[in-house]
Amino acid sequence: MDNRVVITGMGICAPNGNNLLDFGKNLSQGISGIEFIPKLKELNFGCQIAGFPKVDQIYIDKYFTKIQQRGLNASGLIYGVIAGKDAWTDAGLQIGEEAEPDWDSGIIFGTGILGVDKFREAIYSIDKGQVRRLGSTSVVQTMASGISAYLGGILGTGNQVTTNSSACTTGTEGLIMAFNRIKNGLAKRILVGSCSDSGPYVWGGFDAMRILPRKYNENPHAASRPLSATAAGFVPSSGAGALVLESLQSATERKAKVYAEVLGGAINSGGQRGGGSITAPNPTAVRRCIRLALEHSQIKAEEIDAINGHLTATAKDPEEVRNWLEALKLNRESFPYLNSFKSTIGHGLAASGSIECVGTVLQFKHQEIFGNVNCEDLHPEIEKEVLPGRIPTKSLAYKPKIIAKASFGFGDVNACVIFKAFKD
Amino acid sequence: MENSPRYDDLLKIIQPYLPEDITPNQVGPKSHFVEELNINSAHLVDIVLDVEDKYDIVLENEDMDQMQTVDQAIELIQKKLAAK
Repeated sequence: MDNRVVITGMGICAPNGNNLLDFGKNLSQGISGIEFIPKLKELNFGCQIAGFPKVDQIYIDKYFTKIQQRGLNASGLIYGVIAGKDAWTDAGLQIGEEAEPDWDSGIIFGTGILGVDKFREAIYSIDKGQVRRLGSTSVVQTMASGISAYLGGILGTGNQVTTNSSACTTGTEGLIMAFNRIKNGLAKRILVGSCSDSGPYVWGGFDAMRILPRKYNENPHAASRPLSATAAGFVPSSGAGALVLESLQSATERKAKVYAEVLGGAINSGGQRGGGSITAPNPTAVRRCIRLALEHSQIKAEEIDAINGHLTATAKDPEEVRNWLEALKLNRESFPYLNSFKSTIGHGLAASGSIECVGTVLQFKHQEIFGNVNCEDLHPEIEKEVLPGRIPTKSLAYKPKIIAKASFGFGDVNACVIFKAFKD
Repeated sequence: MENSPRYDDLLKIIQPYLPEDITPNQVGPKSHFVEELNINSAHLVDIVLDVEDKYDIVLENEDMDQMQTVDQAIELIQKKLAAK
């Protein structure tokens, strides 16, 4: 089996938009979803800003029954269900009411850690000697696979239903896993995505590592500065992104709309050797991952029109750009457009890969390369390597044919995927 | 706080946990929670917590074994309230 794989549906729950329309518009216009969080100040965080989806009760009522809302205290689960259900209906698929599961449809929905607030609640009850007060909701909201299990129950999927976890690579890794499964004929369609919880208990560890910006608490929209000379660390955020990957045959049979084709991708690890560590990437592995993605997709580096990088706004951004240049064997003149969405949505951690894949694919629909915010002062080391015009600070009208997207994560893990504008 | 457990109050607690194919008027005093009302056994745990909150009582694990029908639940609550 060697199926072509296309994207037929997408859903989003991001700091700057809870639906594709708002999210696309805000990425296009550079509207930030990052804000000051009083709770983080109260808790003595150095970085008191973050991005999280604005989801109110009315919105939750649209996605969760009253009974599902009893004791619901897992924000990542909420974001994941919103994005996942939306992607499914956006693909024109029904929410299954049939007694028979849909054997051809699966779910790969990743997360870093699920239901941290729910887990905290449970810990307090247990420590008070009241374990019985946990009720039935604690396990399903705090097991990592709670999100895929929840979506599986809602959609009635009967193929593989699982949760992957590889830090900030999670979303992009899941997409490639789903791609391979469909390509090999093991499923017709897979809802793929990832989610990450909001709040101090998720973001605190990064604050302690001193890798978050501390000088922008009064100026949150300027804080996340990928590719900039004044990049001061990543701004933590949360949310979820979801995509329906489907064999071209199945999409054609049911006359589904197609956002883009997935040509291929690669996943690897630097083994925490050769300059790699649990927090830093081995550059050889990053380059190899990018090259393998091209190889699997059977394209040449020159065919890439744009790159959506991992680019978190730490001191590592110039190194990432060098890795792209080296992997693609391109020079200052031939290097394609490059952007990062983290300037307006922050770093969604486990959710970042899927949120950014959705944004990357939306560029085909918008016929735009979304602009980079907060990098008017391009990092001098990057400026030496890439023509500044290739890193647009405002969205650019352009019809990309091929876009590469990469995510890198703690544990020295990498994923790179190649999307193509769809043509029969 | 409620003094005497009423059938209507208990029904209100149970109602959200009923599966979609069971309507509230299918619930009677003799209804068995799991076998007749098809209430997910995990949700029984939540019903017990809701009962505890409503009547400010504590139901032990062994109590829960004796609360399989609506009538049994009311009887149990009455016993707990009397012992307070």
